[in-house]
Amino acid sequence: MTFINYASREINCKIVYYGPGLCGKTTNIQWIHEQANPEKRGKLVSLATETDRTLFFDFLPLDMGTVKGFKVRFHLYTVPGQVFYDASRKLILRGCDGVIFVADSQRPRLEANIESIANLATNLKDNGFDIRTIPYVLQLNKRDMPTAAPIQEMEELLRFRNEPMIEAVASRGVGVIDTLKACARQILMELQRS
Amino acid sequence: MAKPDMVMYEEEYRALQEIISRLQVDSASKVVFLVDKNGQQIAASGDVRSIDATSLASLTAGNVAATDGLAKLIGEKEFSLLFHEGEKDNLHISIVGKRGILVVIFDQTSSLALVRLRVKRASRELAEIFEKVELRAQTSSTTTSNFESPFSEITDEDIDKLFGD
Repeated sequence: MTFINYASREINCKIVYYGPGLCGKTTNIQWIHEQANPEKRGKLVSLATETDRTLFFDFLPLDMGTVKGFKVRFHLYTVPGQVFYDASRKLILRGCDGVIFVADSQRPRLEANIESIANLATNLKDNGFDIRTIPYVLQLNKRDMPTAAPIQEMEELLRFRNEPMIEAVASRGVGVIDTLKACARQILMELQRS
Repeated sequence: MAKPDMVMYEEEYRALQEIISRLQVDSASKVVFLVDKNGQQIAASGDVRSIDATSLASLTAGNVAATDGLAKLIGEKEFSLLFHEGEKDNLHISIVGKRGILVVIFDQTSSLALVRLRVKRASRELAEIFEKVELRAQTSSTTTSNFESPFSEITDEDIDKLFGD
């Protein structure tokens, strides 16, 4: 749910990074946080366990500049990927404007990706969204890993609506901004339509 | 989309701002924030600069959402009030209407009783405005309004510019 404030001339959009445990959701927004102009980024809030596993969410506000005289602000959230945190994942999807699915390219994690997309579809539906229509991007992360499955195979398994598909190595920042941009584009175009 | 976008105009914003400014003075509190349940700040009053308002909004919404989940687990509809007591400052969080969360930060110059009393009145007034915003969002999503959205002409270049291309 985009929040448009005509008084302060601001548009606020919420983007959620989703995906199986250890796929690199937090790494994506950590990289954005490190690279962003300090004046434009807010504080990165991480609610994580002692071993740096996301417990509830990570949150990063980003000021993007202006469109048609309105300040555009993205609120980036990650969900905890571990299976048993499903209740938290559902809460974080509440009111989101777009979803970035971070898939782990390593072969042993292919099934976890499929399960996580199915879980995303269910949790979106419970929040009143449809995974087939919400702004959505598929990121194939960890392309540098020796056990990475071929792109074509991953596409056949995970891509289901002709969504933008972006190869990434989030730890080195490869594909991270392109992914965010692809999602932002869909959200702003959605705003145009509505 | 699950719910229509929330669009707030100058007049409503001023009304909300006026209510929370009055609440901040009447309750002798340090800061009052109004945020929405998705974690976005709507309005604030008091010594706002002393606090990272964006993080506060997002964490409050997370807190309320988690507590909401807990309520449902034990068969309650919601817990409409959360109170956190600190050594110096306290946090009073309450739900306003369907979408709003009111956060009041106060110290020993005020009291929980006073804050609760003042919040009650302000909540009623805020809820009325939220209802108006909600109603308009619903009607404008079902009927074609004469209002020309400034976003109807967003181009690819506008979006590229946001990313500094």
